[in-house]
Amino acid sequence: MLPELSREEILRYSRHLLIPEVGLDGQRKLKASSALIIGTGGLGSPVALYLAAAGVGHIGLVDYDVVDQSNLQRQIVHGTGMVGRLKVDSARTRLLDLNPAIQVDAFNEPFTSANAMKIAEPFDVIIDCTDNFPTRYLTNDLCVLTGKPNIYGAVYRFEGQASVFYAREGPCYRCLFPEPPPPGLVPSCADAGVLGILPGTIGTIQATEAIKFLLGIGTSLVGRLLLYNALDMSFEYVKLKKNPQCKVCGPYPEVTALIDYNEFCGVPGLDHDEGSAGREWDITPRELFAQLQSGKPLRLIDVREPHELAISHIYGAENFPLGLLAAHMNELDSAQEIVLFCKSGMRSRRALELLISAGFRKVKNLRGGINAWAKEVDGSLPLY
Amino acid sequence: MPTLRIPSALRSYINGQTEVPVSGTTVEQAIQSLMTQFPVLRPHLTNRAGQLRPFVNLFLGQDNIKDLKGLDTPLEPDDILLLVPSVAGG
Repeated sequence: MLPELSREEILRYSRHLLIPEVGLDGQRKLKASSALIIGTGGLGSPVALYLAAAGVGHIGLVDYDVVDQSNLQRQIVHGTGMVGRLKVDSARTRLLDLNPAIQVDAFNEPFTSANAMKIAEPFDVIIDCTDNFPTRYLTNDLCVLTGKPNIYGAVYRFEGQASVFYAREGPCYRCLFPEPPPPGLVPSCADAGVLGILPGTIGTIQATEAIKFLLGIGTSLVGRLLLYNALDMSFEYVKLKKNPQCKVCGPYPEVTALIDYNEFCGVPGLDHDEGSAGREWDITPRELFAQLQSGKPLRLIDVREPHELAISHIYGAENFPLGLLAAHMNELDSAQEIVLFCKSGMRSRRALELLISAGFRKVKNLRGGINAWAKEVDGSLPLY
Repeated sequence: MPTLRIPSALRSYINGQTEVPVSGTTVEQAIQSLMTQFPVLRPHLTNRAGQLRPFVNLFLGQDNIKDLKGLDTPLEPDDILLLVPSVAGG
């Protein structure tokens, strides 16, 4: 039995009620439906706002982060006054202001194998708005194992992907990407940047797919991957097929319960942005400062992109962008002490691995990158 | 000559180019041609046995080459191969 709409709700949703594909019954369906949004960042912001505005009756938000000034360029559910507050609380406040008649549950915790089943249980659709591979594989496997649709979106600089992975009707995320790339191979938005509007475009597509699924209308992205390029303003589709060897949704699955996704993805855990290469390969900003002050000879290598040098730089550092480091390795002397750094330590960690694999041993990673240097040594440098 | 379209996640390895003309009449030859031009891309695309790494997908038109003949998929001179990587940003 679908819930009735109040007089106020009939007025609020009148533009939906006018569409025959939605109508009064469709709006009542949305009121009775629920969606879990994993991540309240760039993708999660538009998804949450549009689902709340559309009248999805029960929305769950999962995130364990706090609102940062650098989020506001794209995470439009949060405002300047919410900087420092929990993201789920900030988003919940905004959603209930937009639509007080809905229920919004905030889960201020990491989404893990230990809690994912319990958190997701009451929800009809799961929307993948995360920013890391372990949570993407967790979300996928959870959806396959529970028979729920995984409304997928991912962004990088000017390019985005969207699909609906629904193993009952088509392929899952693992059919397309059986395994994640090694940590650090694909830079995160925090390292590579992202056009602020891009997650808006992709998140809005995810919200559209969620609403279509909940209403049972239209042709979904099941079996198709949308590839969007903002610079070219192009939308392309490629076909996705079920992989008969898929380890989770194939006929002979190996994954029959949630696993340790940090281990599967080879990442150390929740400190994925900490920018540490492991204690023996790390040097802290204060240690580096002391070594430079003592006149110890070392080569300071900045592996950021050249355009980042205009934001901040360390005096005496040479710029070898990560992508070109392999080609310039012959310009480095393995007998000399080398300290690598980037913005936060992630790309320099990758550079460190590259140099170690080439036989370098006297090489260190500046823990936390130039942002940590700005915090601990040179306060005149801006954080970014 | 077939063309390989490169996503932005890999463009820093190929001087920012969006497309690379490649030689060959199969997908495997096209990939080898790309990696010969840009050896730094090799660890991103193939393993030591020369197989595509599991987080890399190549599409010919709308079809994944895995659903065609894999690396043996034949290429016409005006074909465009699309490289689709895993990205996690959100």
